[in-house]
Amino acid sequence: MFLLPALAVFVGFFYYPLYRLVDMAMHRENRFGRGDPPYVGTTQIIDTLTGSDFVEGVTHSALYMVYTVPLGLVLGVLLAVAANRKLKGIRAFQTVFSSTVATSVAVASVIFFTLVNPEVGYFKDVTWLSLANPDTALFSVSLSSVWQNLGLTFIIVLASLQAVPVEMEEAAALDGYGPLRHFWRITVPLISPALLFLAVVLVVHALQAYAQIELLTNGGPGTATETLLYKIADPQGIRSVGVKASMSLGLFVLTAAVAAVQYGLLSRRVHYGD
Amino acid sequence: MATDQAENAHVPVEPVRSDSGLRRHLVTFGWYATLVALALVILFPIYMLILRAISSPIAYINAGQPLRLVEPEWDIFSRAWTDAGMARAMLVSVVITAVIMTAQFITSVLAAYAFAFMEFPLKKLMFAVVIGTLLLPIEVTLIANVRTIRDLGWLNSVQGLSFPFLATALGIFLIRQGFMAVPRDLRDAATLDGFGHLGFLFRVAVPLAKPVIGSFLVISFLSAWNQYVWPRNATDSGSWQTVQIALRTLTTTRIDEINVAFAGAIIAALPLVVLLVFFQRQMVRGLTAGAVKG
Repeated sequence: MFLLPALAVFVGFFYYPLYRLVDMAMHRENRFGRGDPPYVGTTQIIDTLTGSDFVEGVTHSALYMVYTVPLGLVLGVLLAVAANRKLKGIRAFQTVFSSTVATSVAVASVIFFTLVNPEVGYFKDVTWLSLANPDTALFSVSLSSVWQNLGLTFIIVLASLQAVPVEMEEAAALDGYGPLRHFWRITVPLISPALLFLAVVLVVHALQAYAQIELLTNGGPGTATETLLYKIADPQGIRSVGVKASMSLGLFVLTAAVAAVQYGLLSRRVHYGD
Repeated sequence: MATDQAENAHVPVEPVRSDSGLRRHLVTFGWYATLVALALVILFPIYMLILRAISSPIAYINAGQPLRLVEPEWDIFSRAWTDAGMARAMLVSVVITAVIMTAQFITSVLAAYAFAFMEFPLKKLMFAVVIGTLLLPIEVTLIANVRTIRDLGWLNSVQGLSFPFLATALGIFLIRQGFMAVPRDLRDAATLDGFGHLGFLFRVAVPLAKPVIGSFLVISFLSAWNQYVWPRNATDSGSWQTVQIALRTLTTTRIDEINVAFAGAIIAALPLVVLLVFFQRQMVRGLTAGAVKG
């Protein structure tokens, strides 16, 4: 049957691991990790998800969204609006503005290493960008994501702007709309579906932030830049497998919540049609 | 940018007020100034990467971090390629990406065909199983999947690096949408011509759905090439590092040789730069698939 190959992968590496996570979260390893860990029911899950480590991870992930999503959207719209006009050489600007899609998160992180690394970074003495200060480190790391997301945001907002019907623009011009009123009354509503889509994508990117943290700070100083995923996925971390599995279940719930919002938005879009 | 889209680009129509030529020139100048400023924000980090890759690290800092090259080490790229292992990492990345793309193409096309053209029991349930995987990204299942490939003895192997990605719901959705646009009459005509399911799929349906499949392959390439969390956890040996993971190792180099990491990042980005230059239209279409048209 045609479905079998895909289903085999989905069962083996998507659904079975969910069962396995629950199983791992219900066994607590002893301090030395020897022998089979004993079954402890849901106590380890409850301990972990109410513990300060998990709460800190969620807080840092949420902060990461606050730092990256609004700024990313505003800059993306600014880039697209600026580049959506007939000027000589506009193609060159459009290429430059999309260029960050050619960087992976790891490459973008190395790029920001040259800017904010406390020892060799170009801006190492700029206090509000300091990776050495627990109060500014997470924000500083997040700027690498903002920069890296720009290309994608630009491309999608620009495509959406170019889909705005010309008649719409002409009607607005006849009504004597100035540029600002035009932007808020005509442009923003018309590109709002693309903006909603991008908001969801950027939230997901923030939840998935990992490489930038490992390359720029290793979670430090202290635990100041440890997001939830970092606590789960850091192979050098001190947490036991049971604790990591419990945190993964927490991440699953958060992911499901984001997906539910995403689904809600998408199904609403169907009603106001394209 | 995509040429087909650029044709539709339009200047917001000027208000019907009597604009003096001077004012129009000022507006144009203002937009150019904005565009240049924005371009600098995007290009400055890239410029710094290149500058720092070629400059000798300690000499650069001692020179007070100027915006020009300091004691250039032109051999840094060959050092990153051979001594620092970027060549080997590139090979691993190319192999893994090729395996993932090929497998995703096959599994997605087959499943999409089943959902678009065939009737079978439990079709709705099966579709729910596909949708459900969207709730289970690799970040969530990471810990359990690492244990699975460890049990199978697949740490540091092509299977281990690629298996969780051999099928994807996104591919099935996109290509199914493409197949739904294929007229039913064609299916009937093909049956009369004696085409079986596979014949129809690869001779008729796939060629007709080429644009969608192209967009999907772009997404597939980008996500496979850029992966980080999984290869980081599915390998613990230097020789199985993908380029992205090799970059992390390189950033832990001593400060006086740190530019090897910067050169490594340039090498790691090259395939995507090439893709962006030569397949810009497909890339834009791939990235906007699902965003604008819904």
